[in-house]
Amino acid sequence: MLDNFDFDVIRRSLPYLFYEGMTFTLTLTALAALGGLIFGTAIALMRLSGYKLLGRIAGLYVDFMRSLPLVLVIFWFYFLVPYIGQWLTGSPRPIKVGAFASSLITFIMFEAAYFSEIMRAGIQSISRGQPAAANALGLTYAQTMRYVVLPQAFRNMLPVLLTQTIVLFQDTSLVYVLSIPDFLGAASKVAQRDGRLVEMYLFAAVVYFTISCIASFGVRRLQSRIAIIR
Amino acid sequence: MIEISHVNKWYSPTFQVLTDCTTSVTKGEVVVVCGPSGSGKSTLIKCVNALEPFQSGEITVDGTKVHDPKTNLPKLRSRVGMVFQHFELFPHLKIIDNLCLAQEKVLGRQHDKAQTKGMQLLERVGLKEQAQKFPAQLSGGQQQRVAIARALAMDPIVMLFDEPTSALDPEMVSEVLDVMVDLAREGMTMMVVTHEMGFARKVANRVIFMDRGEIVEDAPKDDFFGKPRSDRAQKFLSKILSH
Repeated sequence: MLDNFDFDVIRRSLPYLFYEGMTFTLTLTALAALGGLIFGTAIALMRLSGYKLLGRIAGLYVDFMRSLPLVLVIFWFYFLVPYIGQWLTGSPRPIKVGAFASSLITFIMFEAAYFSEIMRAGIQSISRGQPAAANALGLTYAQTMRYVVLPQAFRNMLPVLLTQTIVLFQDTSLVYVLSIPDFLGAASKVAQRDGRLVEMYLFAAVVYFTISCIASFGVRRLQSRIAIIR
Repeated sequence: MIEISHVNKWYSPTFQVLTDCTTSVTKGEVVVVCGPSGSGKSTLIKCVNALEPFQSGEITVDGTKVHDPKTNLPKLRSRVGMVFQHFELFPHLKIIDNLCLAQEKVLGRQHDKAQTKGMQLLERVGLKEQAQKFPAQLSGGQQQRVAIARALAMDPIVMLFDEPTSALDPEMVSEVLDVMVDLAREGMTMMVVTHEMGFARKVANRVIFMDRGEIVEDAPKDDFFGKPRSDRAQKFLSKILSH
């Protein structure tokens, strides 16, 4: 039965798949995780700030983002942002936003909602005595967050943040709706071109599975190491 | 040094934790605050450096009004040392970095100057060898001594202690109290919430007894231990001194 399959197509397209596809996927994952973490932390701080309006805005944002399918957000964002840009800058034509920039901004915004909930749980896991001690030493609110609360919250939540990043790594494949050659997009292009759908999609699945599995294993090891230190 | 006058605090409209508290701590004085649990003594001491807000009354520290919205609270707090019941060392920082953080970020000291100061204070509390360890590697008594050193590193004008020995195993209480006694004998102004009546006997100038959010008794040490005026204070003393 396997006679009908041509697995050599994989070998032939490897450079394209990895140099272009996987590089794009990993870059998008890393930048989106970093941006999502920074914005997510800001949103978490807004929610916990004690200012009702600020907290409410942040809460609405998180609920809004989490109530939409990611594919839809990617799609909408790609087609809407040029027009929003046009409206904002008042230029006669829709602003050109590259597919990479557009998808990166989408993922940062989307992931920020999820990372913010993780960071919020992390910040709330720090006992109230810690910020009290920092304040008693004369540290300002910002310094207390920067030097005492956030480093601990980040450390406590590191395994969860990394697990979420693995999910993000898989989710980046959704940029195929913008026909961007990420890893899955590249595999799919080759598959269509050479009519080798089964081989290429199977290979893509194996690659995603292997990377995610190894990463999960790494997170588990890290978790147990952290557990010993504490 | 510390003036507390007519301070009232409510947690909710029906639950008053502090009722018309008025007292003071003068420079060089050691004042022990005692009373049954839930009497508001911890809350009162936390009002002094504004870790707890209060609704009416006034507290001034070295002439600065704590309750005034215009007061630069971080600046005021940096001059008031505080030691907590549960130590509250920063677990992600080494012992020496625990001592340096506020020196550098709040007082703007150079790193090496802060380190030198930190090491001196660690030596003073007998923990110089532990400088490179993390708080979780130290015993409770050692952690509390580090916490005292951390507060002293800011060159405070007054030290507040909020039940510094209540969370310690019995055999570790004395090592912390020894440090506090030394501090008191050197003339540090101290306000100490504690049940350690031995400590109060040894170094306190005055003892304040609180019950149900009120200051029931505020007397020189000898008067307090000799013959407390109120029944409630007598009852409290007989309970904790009978063993």
